[in-house]
Amino acid sequence: MLHIACPWCGLRAQSEFTYANDGTLIRPDLSNDSIDDHYNYVYARDPRRGIQDEMWRHSAGCGQFLKVRRDTLTHEIHATGAPQDDLDVPKDDRS
Amino acid sequence: MTGQVFRNGAGGRIDRTVPLSFTFDGKNYQGFQGDTLASALLANGVRVVGRSFKYHRPRGILGAGFEEPNALVQLGDGARTEPNTQATRVELFDGLTATSQNRWPSLQFDISAINGLFHRLLPAGFYYKTFMAPANLWMTYEKIIRRAAGMGRAPTQMDPDIYARRFAHCNVLVIGGGPAGVSAALAAGQSGARVILAEDNPQLSVSETELADMDNVTVLTRTMAAAYYDHNTLILSERIADHKPAPAPFETRQRMWKVRAQQVVLATGALERPLVFPNNDRPGVMLASAAQCYAADFAVRAGNQAVVFTNNDSAYGAARDMKAAGIDIAAIIDTRPEISDSTRELATNTKVLTGHAIIDVASGRGGATRGVTLKAIHPDTGAPKGSPIDIACDVVAMSGGWNPTIHLFSQSKGKIKYDGARAAFVPGQSFQQERSIGAANGTFDHEACIIEGHNAGAAAARDVGFDAPDARTSPSGIPPAAQPLWSAPTGAKRFVDFQNDVTADDIGLAYREGYQSVEHLKRYTTLGMGTDQGRTSNVNGLAIMADHRRLDIPEVGTTTFRPPFSPITLGGIAGWHTGQNFEATRQSAMSAWHEAQGATFSNAGLWRRPEYYPRTGMTPAEAVHHEARHVREKVGVVDVSTLGKIDVQGRDALEFLSRVYINNLTKLPVGKCRYGVMLREDGFVFDDGTITRLAEMRFLVTTTTTHAGPVMTHLEYLAQVQWPELDVHLLSVSEDWAGIAIAGPNSRTLLSQLFQDVDFANEAFPFMGYRETNAGGVPVRLFRISFSGEHAYELNVPADYGLNFWTALLETGADLDVIPYGTEAMNILRIEKGHVTGAELNGRVTADDLGFAGMMSKLKPFVGQVLARRDALTAKGRRQLVGLVPADGETPIPAGAQILADPDAPPPEFTPAAILGEVTSNCYSPALGHPIGLGLVEDGSDRHGDTLYAHSPITSETVAITLTNPVFVDPAGGRLHG
Repeated sequence: MLHIACPWCGLRAQSEFTYANDGTLIRPDLSNDSIDDHYNYVYARDPRRGIQDEMWRHSAGCGQFLKVRRDTLTHEIHATGAPQDDLDVPKDDRS
Repeated sequence: MTGQVFRNGAGGRIDRTVPLSFTFDGKNYQGFQGDTLASALLANGVRVVGRSFKYHRPRGILGAGFEEPNALVQLGDGARTEPNTQATRVELFDGLTATSQNRWPSLQFDISAINGLFHRLLPAGFYYKTFMAPANLWMTYEKIIRRAAGMGRAPTQMDPDIYARRFAHCNVLVIGGGPAGVSAALAAGQSGARVILAEDNPQLSVSETELADMDNVTVLTRTMAAAYYDHNTLILSERIADHKPAPAPFETRQRMWKVRAQQVVLATGALERPLVFPNNDRPGVMLASAAQCYAADFAVRAGNQAVVFTNNDSAYGAARDMKAAGIDIAAIIDTRPEISDSTRELATNTKVLTGHAIIDVASGRGGATRGVTLKAIHPDTGAPKGSPIDIACDVVAMSGGWNPTIHLFSQSKGKIKYDGARAAFVPGQSFQQERSIGAANGTFDHEACIIEGHNAGAAAARDVGFDAPDARTSPSGIPPAAQPLWSAPTGAKRFVDFQNDVTADDIGLAYREGYQSVEHLKRYTTLGMGTDQGRTSNVNGLAIMADHRRLDIPEVGTTTFRPPFSPITLGGIAGWHTGQNFEATRQSAMSAWHEAQGATFSNAGLWRRPEYYPRTGMTPAEAVHHEARHVREKVGVVDVSTLGKIDVQGRDALEFLSRVYINNLTKLPVGKCRYGVMLREDGFVFDDGTITRLAEMRFLVTTTTTHAGPVMTHLEYLAQVQWPELDVHLLSVSEDWAGIAIAGPNSRTLLSQLFQDVDFANEAFPFMGYRETNAGGVPVRLFRISFSGEHAYELNVPADYGLNFWTALLETGADLDVIPYGTEAMNILRIEKGHVTGAELNGRVTADDLGFAGMMSKLKPFVGQVLARRDALTAKGRRQLVGLVPADGETPIPAGAQILADPDAPPPEFTPAAILGEVTSNCYSPALGHPIGLGLVEDGSDRHGDTLYAHSPITSETVAITLTNPVFVDPAGGRLHG
């Protein structure tokens, strides 16, 4: 069971959290009516074997979303922060 | 009478003042307090305790603990019966009943033992090869094989016991209460760190009063560490009452601990390996360490005359202890050509034959061992040579070296490595905050274990900031005990895996047929797949495969260790989440009232909602119809507290809601409600509800009962993650407000009487209006909205006052004939009005499918708008909402029926293309006097008036139905607006 540092509540057990989404998604702008862009936002995912950014929610805690930089291979959590935070190294190797 | 002819009069850790009676296969025996079932059986001279899995050969006790593959018994009977328990780990109690498994019809006479005579028919992979085709025959064979295999019986009654769950945190968790573990716990405890020490046995191996006196140290005995998960989370299974006939009243039987430790010290010890030689499975052949344990700890002689068979030094100590207990050691047979003088000293006055090996074990009555045959072996090839020597004995104590118990280490994702000198896999690089010590680390010297434990416990405490005692230096130069692997090269059945009946020849066969990787070897031969997970067999099996492949063992690799280390009970896993505590129950403020009226309940998510209120002289259906009819004629009240309610506030609250609802909300003034629909990002309908503007920057939105959670998550995600620039704050207030709907022609009069300060006139409080008032200082929210299609209101009050207002409505409305109604009547009313619920909002419908196209604003962007434009979501032929009535005006429409054009077509389950749609809701309409339904039908909006057929694959009914407008009652809306 993972140990996740909620930026607002501190280190808590995984059972308090719910995985929400890929942490790198940016919703197409409201003025963007391209079906392709929305399709990619909703369906296209690029899961990694290694470090990736994920969005979790402290659902049984403060209810806030948080960004989690996690290694899917080792389950190590390198950093957590608010959804808009730029997390410290090691970087998500996607960009 | 004692009957314990193999028990010594003195010695051991048993309490002879407490004799205990028990039965095994219906026969009475006696043992003592402190016995295990295995030690008590041996004390009574019981040799055969089970039959083997495949060949049904008689089997005896092999080990003394976790490693036991043979002595699996069914404990107890009735609701508390438990299969597959290891007799070596079952603590004896008075009145214990155990039965052997794996035998049919009886242990002494076993029909399937004939398998053994025809063993050439049952090679490795037999099941795969024989039952591959035709596939469905396996279904028949499987039942017979399973019965013959006798896997034990699961209880069929409810588990009567209580199981608990506990979460704990500590600085240092030590697994294993042997010398190393106790030493580690002491050192960590002395630093002041919070320590948990878990030991599977009823007591620690050394009595340690200092440990017991430390407030910061928790010692858990009878506690098995089952699993090692991520981030130093471990699962411990504590057996609180398993050593008693039954738990005391209200006593917990087992407690599952979930421990998060900063540092973990694994002192899980080592398990002895058997030697692989012909007929090494005869009852009486056991591990030397087990024979030693029974002699020293239980004062039980495993037999009268023993032959010790070894390839290493540790068995000499076992021989010494066995001899001290009165067992005649006929000979020590050592496969090594030479042994050291110090080893030979341990065997003074005992015959030692080096460079020899057992080539057969003779069996006597009941299959038990009665002697062995040995030969000298070639020092290089191990091939037997020379003339055979026969030695009579009833015990063979064998030792093939030791395997560190690295299961938890491996589960923690630590890398294991092969240590050639010890001929064993040992812990390598740790992956988590973990240290392996003592025998689990390949350190077999007692003194070295204590020092290693001390140093690891201190270092673990120091790593998390405690001032720990200094490290001690190990006496240098203790060489690792050389423990080469050995197996007899040829001969009759040489068992490697006792529990699954895998022989050395089976491994050879797997090699020849190409199943050479360890994972293939395991599946093909079932090596290591029993409940003991190959604790005694894996390394021997790998060694034999490595030999065939002419590789070193590390090159062959090993299979992965997975939790649990040893089986744990389902009761323990479930904990208290059973029966009504299986999950939480959500109750409205009026639940107790509904219950007192005898209402029946149904579940909506975690909520319990009243279905209807029984009436004397009426069937349930009549009572439901009465409630529905009464609402249309007079007035009824229904508990709608379960609807999701979200308070939306902020300068950008309107902008936010405009983005998530399809509706145009800009013209929604304060004091007005609107029906709203939201889509998912993929363009399908997500949920519906009402949006009420409480103030300029404050809205209350409602959701369906079951979607309250997902809608909240969806909105929070958008607000927090995607649109953080919006000033909007969301708060779920579902449980803060009790909700009551008041529906029917008399609803206005009823509310006017209760809230005299509110003007209920149509102009002052029109349909979709919102008013606030208070009653005795309690805030009241009034919404003029309707789910039933009648003139209706919803009332929200703080949940604590819900019951007061509920009863006040019923009392005030008595003259107006008010009655309570439940979800059944509510469902009828909404079907009559063509309103959709979860049955129609099934995640596959678009707004247009439901006739909501007109609601979709073209003036603003909203979630789901773009993907709802996709071709498949707008194409002709989509299923659209329609009303359904039986063509003959009276036949009920079958629930969940498929809708077809041709009633004589083959059953739709075989011709999916013929299905035009489905019945989503159905009921008898008291208002119309005939059955009605709602359905989703291809191009349904264009088919009003058509006759189609509703076919139920479950009841095989086919009913002709006519498609109609989905609004059956008051399509013009006069009742709503009047």
